Amino acid sequence: MNRFLSSPWTKAAVFVLALVPLGVLLWLCWEAYRSSDFVPYVTANPIEYITHYTGDWTIRFICFTLCITPLRMLLNRPQITRFRRMLGLFAFFYGSVHLAVWLFLDPKQNTIPAIWEDIMKRRYITVGMLAFLAMLPLAITSTAGWVRRLGFKRWKKLHKLVYLAAIAAVIHYWWLVKSDIRLPLMYAVIVAVLLGYRIIVWMRDRKRKPAVSAQPTVSAG
Amino acid sequence: MLIRKPADLHYSDVTPKEVYLNRRRFIGAGAATLGAATLGALALPSTALATTKINGLAQTGPFHNLGDEKPSPKATVTGYNNFYEFGTGKEDPAQNAPKWKVPTDWQIRIEGEVMQPKTLSLDQVMKLAPAEERIYRHRCVERWSIVVPWIGFSLSTLLKQVQPTGKAKYVAFETYYDSKAMLSPREAGIPFPYVEGLRLDEAMHPLTLLSFGMYGETMPNQNGAPIRLVIPWKYGYKSIKSIARIRFVEKQPPTDWGIYSDREYGFYSNVNPEVDHPRWSQKEEQRLGSGFLGQGTRMATVKFNGYGDQVASLYSGMDLRVNH
Repeated sequence: MNRFLSSPWTKAAVFVLALVPLGVLLWLCWEAYRSSDFVPYVTANPIEYITHYTGDWTIRFICFTLCITPLRMLLNRPQITRFRRMLGLFAFFYGSVHLAVWLFLDPKQNTIPAIWEDIMKRRYITVGMLAFLAMLPLAITSTAGWVRRLGFKRWKKLHKLVYLAAIAAVIHYWWLVKSDIRLPLMYAVIVAVLLGYRIIVWMRDRKRKPAVSAQPTVSAG
Repeated sequence: MLIRKPADLHYSDVTPKEVYLNRRRFIGAGAATLGAATLGALALPSTALATTKINGLAQTGPFHNLGDEKPSPKATVTGYNNFYEFGTGKEDPAQNAPKWKVPTDWQIRIEGEVMQPKTLSLDQVMKLAPAEERIYRHRCVERWSIVVPWIGFSLSTLLKQVQPTGKAKYVAFETYYDSKAMLSPREAGIPFPYVEGLRLDEAMHPLTLLSFGMYGETMPNQNGAPIRLVIPWKYGYKSIKSIARIRFVEKQPPTDWGIYSDREYGFYSNVNPEVDHPRWSQKEEQRLGSGFLGQGTRMATVKFNGYGDQVASLYSGMDLRVNH
């Protein structure tokens, strides 16, 4: 198990798997473009479909990223942390595509003042933008060089922004659906469980303050 | 030991069953993107339509031609629907509604503030006037639009069958509801049976269409079989589907989306680029089916959806921001 988790091949496989949603989307778009009837591939409203598709994968990758720490602790396998940065960067990647589609293809006036007005005026866009902005410094400082420059403690503190991104992403989804809240509710429950786990660990550790070594320090890998 | 607790939680414990099932379907859809088998299934044409040709169609009349704007592809109009009784996703109604059997003894009850309430069978309704094909723009509140060749005649033809009393000021409509074949209000997030309403003069306006077909055939289930309204100058949700009951009333009747949020979905709901939906601007729209990825299909939304010449006078003197 440890060998499997430490293998560079495993990391490469996770990388390829994380690209599959993008590959499928490109394939669907290509088939839709070639076909005279694109409805079966990207629905009758391709822009909306692509927006939702990339949004869905952003929130899923945020959840995958948040699974790493609980998994590491529950399975007692520090090697799992190797996958965290990559999963987080994929969340940022799908989020960037999601944002770009909204910026350039969404049916609205695509002037800077109109976009600014949308961001300020529509609360689901405001909070979606907040989620993206919370991920931005995390993506920038994801390199080993930035961990060194900031110092591990400060770097770790900064990366707690991912919790804000997760909560903002769920609220974004919740506020944009019209009336059927079942899917946003599902993500709210998942994020609540993943963050709740951390709160419980934190409370437990606070109680046993003297035993600092209970939680091993893990490198940023 | 505390630490074990969250891990022992199953989503089935904390999530309502419908959500859980939906989640499985959803994750399934995600996982499906990995499987070639499902990719094949995705490429299958949408469920067959149980429609029949309508004969003796009048393809003339003042509402038959829309100039340069040609009807949207049928696959678009029948494959992308808001019909929450059959699912809240746009593709759900095309999947689920065809399985529903339209009752063969369909009746429309007309009641309320009328001298003599009446119940008409579908056949009786369809024989009231010759069927016309009318090509209308259809603008959804969600900023997409289509052009549809509907079949039917003015709603006024039906409403004239009964004599409204002097008290009748509004007309309320109700969609058929079958809890066994359709979503529950809890699942959909809006009340069922679906209700809508018009002011009497709006209901009597010649543009307001009672429609029982499209594209030369009877109405597909997902588009509101067997009979529905089409009010082309209002957002799509005003055009109530699968009508079972019509009621003349004195006071402004509740509307389904208005009950959900009257700030977002006002009683009038006239297409109006000057009044934003609280969550998005209504200045532009995406004309569906006229190109992939929207090249050249994004367009400016026109007040009253381009029917201002015919209907603007209905609202003279009204503040359309307040009465949105």
